[in-house]
Amino acid sequence: MKAPVIVAACAGLAALALAGRPAAVGAQGAASPELTTQCASCHALAKPTDATLDRLWSRKGPDLWYAGDKFNRDWLVAWLQNPTTIRPGGVLWFKHAKPGDPRDTIDTAAVEKHPKVDAATAGRLADALLQLKSGLVTDGAYNPASANMTMGKLAFSKLRGCVACHQDQAGQGGLSGPELYDAGRRLRADYVIAYTKNPQQFDPHVWMPTPTLSEPDLQRLTGYIVSLGKEDK
Amino acid sequence: MLRYGLAGLGLVAFGAAIALHQPTAAGAAENPKLQATAHLYDTYCAQCHGVQRNGKGINTVGLSVQPRDHSDTVAMSSLPRAQIVKAITEGGASVNKSALMPSWAGVLSPAQIEDMADYLAYVCKCEQAK
Ligand code: HEC
Ligand code: HEC
Ligand code: HEC
Repeated sequence: MKAPVIVAACAGLAALALAGRPAAVGAQGAASPELTTQCASCHALAKPTDATLDRLWSRKGPDLWYAGDKFNRDWLVAWLQNPTTIRPGGVLWFKHAKPGDPRDTIDTAAVEKHPKVDAATAGRLADALLQLKSGLVTDGAYNPASANMTMGKLAFSKLRGCVACHQDQAGQGGLSGPELYDAGRRLRADYVIAYTKNPQQFDPHVWMPTPTLSEPDLQRLTGYIVSLGKEDK
Repeated sequence: MLRYGLAGLGLVAFGAAIALHQPTAAGAAENPKLQATAHLYDTYCAQCHGVQRNGKGINTVGLSVQPRDHSDTVAMSSLPRAQIVKAITEGGASVNKSALMPSWAGVLSPAQIEDMADYLAYVCKCEQAK
């Protein structure tokens, strides 16, 4: 009974998205109409014009308007068929936090499960998502030659405090940010460096602080993060 | 009957005590600025400093230095306001504390950071203590 309402709402959002970015969304719609009909109700597919704190509190899923800068295609296709938890507390951890002793915890049972799609749809959706680019990520910003795993890990877990909010191994690290223990399969290195340098470029109100990092620090951290979860480590 | 009545009273008193210790939204309700700052605290600070402002946030599982308990009247009263503002703006390292306390200058405006210092004084009931 609720289906027509949802479809109508999605169509409304799709129309809004179309109004915002006619060219890109048109192309993406052709690649996979499902993206606008089944995903836009929870995910921003175009850069929001109202990037307010209220929007962060009311959105139902993370933004996908920079998906093309962010994801590796193989990971996307596999994850859309068999989604796993990326953000331990859901899209906004606060909504699932319970006060406690010795510390607050996440009510994991209340964190929503992601809808699944079949293999053919996943492939089409991945192609459509990979067309969504932000212009904020520079190709080649990460230089693999400068990678140093020992220094990278030290910066991540001690010196720069990333581990406060991100897990670099399942079960180890903070819970308010996305896990990074499979970042090597999930994320593109040039996105990792751009996001780490200035998260507020992607959302001015996101609760990752702006770290003050030197270029060598950024390179080391990125080298470490994109090594995580890779088979050939 | 009397026993249940007393137990009931006890529960009510206990409930009130808990409510008093949660300056989150309830206590700040009358003051719009405190309320707006409480919302900022929920978004940015509670992840480490706890939804009850007691230093027990979900992220403390990954922290080698524990965040300040902002409800601790004695400990919070000992911090000068200028130091609190500096720690929030430039991070813990700028006041010789742990770098695990991040710098928020890229997210909060100077005015919002001043409001946050007011809010922290309200949370720890430091004004009354003085
Ligand atoms: C009911 C709301 C909802 C719908 C509908 C939905 N998603 Fe999601 N999506 C979420 C949430 C919540 C997350 C965060 C999951 C996590 O971090 O564990 C998410 C995460 C994702 C991610 C990973 C994003 C990231 O930044 O890590 C992708 C990719 C994604 N969704 C694609 C899709 C696609 C494609 C569709 C349409 C078929 C879709 N979603 C439909 C709520 C939704
Ligand atoms: C106070 C918590 C916090 C700290 C500290 C923190 N992050 Fe984040 N991080 C976040 C949040 C929140 C997000 C984005 C959440 C979202 O998109 O849903 C994020 C996103 C990211 C992303 C993008 C991941 C993705 O799936 O899109 C990378 C890469 C990242 N952080 C790296 C780092 C690095 C490197 C450090 C240390 C210099 C760090 N973070 C410190 C909270 C934090
Ligand atoms: C990533 C975790 C984290 C986040 C997020 C965080 N803090 Fe902290 N904070 C800490 C830690 C750890 C300390 C303790 C530092 C020490 O004692 O060495 C601390 C200490 C403090 C102190 C005491 C500084 C001093 O001089 O002793 C204040 C004030 C403070 N935080 C305010 C805030 C406010 C306001 C926010 C939100 C805007 C915030 N913190 C967000 C981790 C965090």
